[in-house]
Amino acid sequence: MNTNERLLEVNDLRVEFRMRDGIAHAINGVSFDLHARETLAILGESGSGKSVTAQAIMGILDSPPGFVTGGEVKFRGTDLLTQPEKERRKVRGPGISMIFQDALSSLNPVFPVGWQIAEMFRQHRGMNRADAEAKAIELMERVHIPAARERVRAYPHQFSGGMRQRIMIAMAIALDPVVLIADEPTTALDVTVQAQIMGLLKELQDEAGMGLILITHDLGVVADVADRIAVMYAGRLVETSGVVDLYARPAHPYTKGLLESIPRLDLKGQTLNAIGGLPPNLLAMPAGCPFHPRCRYAVDICREGEPPPLEEVVAGRAAACHRVREVYGDE
Amino acid sequence: MTERPNAEPENLTQPQIMQPQAEIDASAREVNLDLQPAISARSLGADAWEAMRRSPLFWISASLIVIFVLMAIFPALFTNKDPYDCPLELAREAPSPDAWFGKDLLGCDVYARTIYGARASILVGVLTAFVTAVIGVGIGTAGGYVGRWVDTLLSRTADVFFAIPLLLGGILIMFTFPSTAETPYMVVVFKVVIAMAILGWPNIFRLMRSSVIQVNPLEYVQAARALGGSPWRVVTSHVVPNSMVPVIVVSTIDLGAYIATEATLSFLGIGLREPAISWGQAISDASGLGYIRAAPHMLIFPSVFLSLTVLAFIMMGEVVRDAMDPKLR
Repeated sequence: MNTNERLLEVNDLRVEFRMRDGIAHAINGVSFDLHARETLAILGESGSGKSVTAQAIMGILDSPPGFVTGGEVKFRGTDLLTQPEKERRKVRGPGISMIFQDALSSLNPVFPVGWQIAEMFRQHRGMNRADAEAKAIELMERVHIPAARERVRAYPHQFSGGMRQRIMIAMAIALDPVVLIADEPTTALDVTVQAQIMGLLKELQDEAGMGLILITHDLGVVADVADRIAVMYAGRLVETSGVVDLYARPAHPYTKGLLESIPRLDLKGQTLNAIGGLPPNLLAMPAGCPFHPRCRYAVDICREGEPPPLEEVVAGRAAACHRVREVYGDE
Repeated sequence: MTERPNAEPENLTQPQIMQPQAEIDASAREVNLDLQPAISARSLGADAWEAMRRSPLFWISASLIVIFVLMAIFPALFTNKDPYDCPLELAREAPSPDAWFGKDLLGCDVYARTIYGARASILVGVLTAFVTAVIGVGIGTAGGYVGRWVDTLLSRTADVFFAIPLLLGGILIMFTFPSTAETPYMVVVFKVVIAMAILGWPNIFRLMRSSVIQVNPLEYVQAARALGGSPWRVVTSHVVPNSMVPVIVVSTIDLGAYIATEATLSFLGIGLREPAISWGQAISDASGLGYIRAAPHMLIFPSVFLSLTVLAFIMMGEVVRDAMDPKLR
């Protein structure tokens, strides 16, 4: 594998949900790319479209009501969106694989965990039962599940949350995927276990050179592991940046607001600067920049016309804001 | 040996204070070396068995079912009399040491005929439950999984059949396709089975459809798709196994109802007929004018056996329901 190969390229992806009471524009032109060994964090609050982005890339959008209405998802140069479902299915697993938020509900309760991991090998590689089980044990050891040999026949409810997430990870990496999408992999876990799981993902990525897309709403989780961050708001990327730069000097008012809303020990006793208001209703998006009703930088130009496009601020950084100069320059 | 492990062992490996990542992993691995836990895998089936074992109702209904099933397969184990040996001069004779349950209208031994009658009831009940389950699960999965117009079409079709009462429809079908004394035994049995299955499948269909709709959006089904599972694989190994519990429960309970319906059809003279022996026919013969008072034994024994069989299956269904899903109670 070329160390800096561009694995995934998403161009102007658009997804809408056709509901009874109107069309919800869940994703409105999202573009990003992912290289080998790179970790891209997609950050955003609930309903910002980060999980829908992942589902659209994987092709597991619930359809109806969800429809991809435009854009490209290129995996190693091939556009997945125009591929027939049969071809696309071959990419899922060995090409792009995914980890879900809640590992308990991501595991089938009626089968032993080992069986579920082994199923990956039986289905995709046509292995026999015994070989597949041996591989399952190997994988369980690789994700540091203690006493894997004894536990291979245990059922999901017999594991703790952290262990279940490890099993889910084992399933996701079973076929040595090129790209791994982790959709809020640690949200359902407590803090110490979160750190272990993030460490495990990093370790597996280093071993295999995967590209990792980490979807989260937790700024703390991404700080240690991500290389680049893409901040999402109302179905658009509002800022993309290297991780250190973003924390040091946000270029979009939304990112700034997010960073200020993290409780900090050195600011003890002061009122926390939360972002007021709620994300916009996707069925009735405000005119202009979707963030303007909550933005303290908002001026008249923000309230009308098209949302501002994502434009380069400095090399390697882009933000979608009319007043990016003020925000970026404002220390 | 089937004890659930009291403390989940990996809990012990999670340190209570924050440590750098490398240390956490290292310590996790170290601790685990000393903690080779004894793990017993327990499937849903094993869990259900554990719960059922403690229920006296389970043992009562299970033993009754075992007895009736043995009776159906090996009637000769229970009696050495020939049910077709009917000396007419002994007609309607009261129970005696020689004929425990007495003799019927034609002088046949009531005990022998009651034992031999189990076969028809059990066969009809089990086959009907099986056929309705297969049809209902198949069509229900299709409706629930595919959705859209397929689901609408199947659901409305099921509604049409659901609207016809089981007994009324059974009478209609059996009347339209009557059997004669020459019709082979299995053909008559299958006719009854098919008549009831045509009317019984919507029940299972509805259950299966709704549980498939519940299971389908769950994350493990999504996960199976995201990891490259083909639709067939997703349905057979994730959707169907997780939607089966209500079907198993209701099929067991319905089995009793089918046996009762078969007896009713035979009672009306349109289900199983001579030379086949069935409890419905025996009850029908025995309830002729004046016989109930003159020779009650002809009625009582087949009725008691019929009631016990129906009761056994319904009780079993309830025990299974309680064991498999306490929420359904």
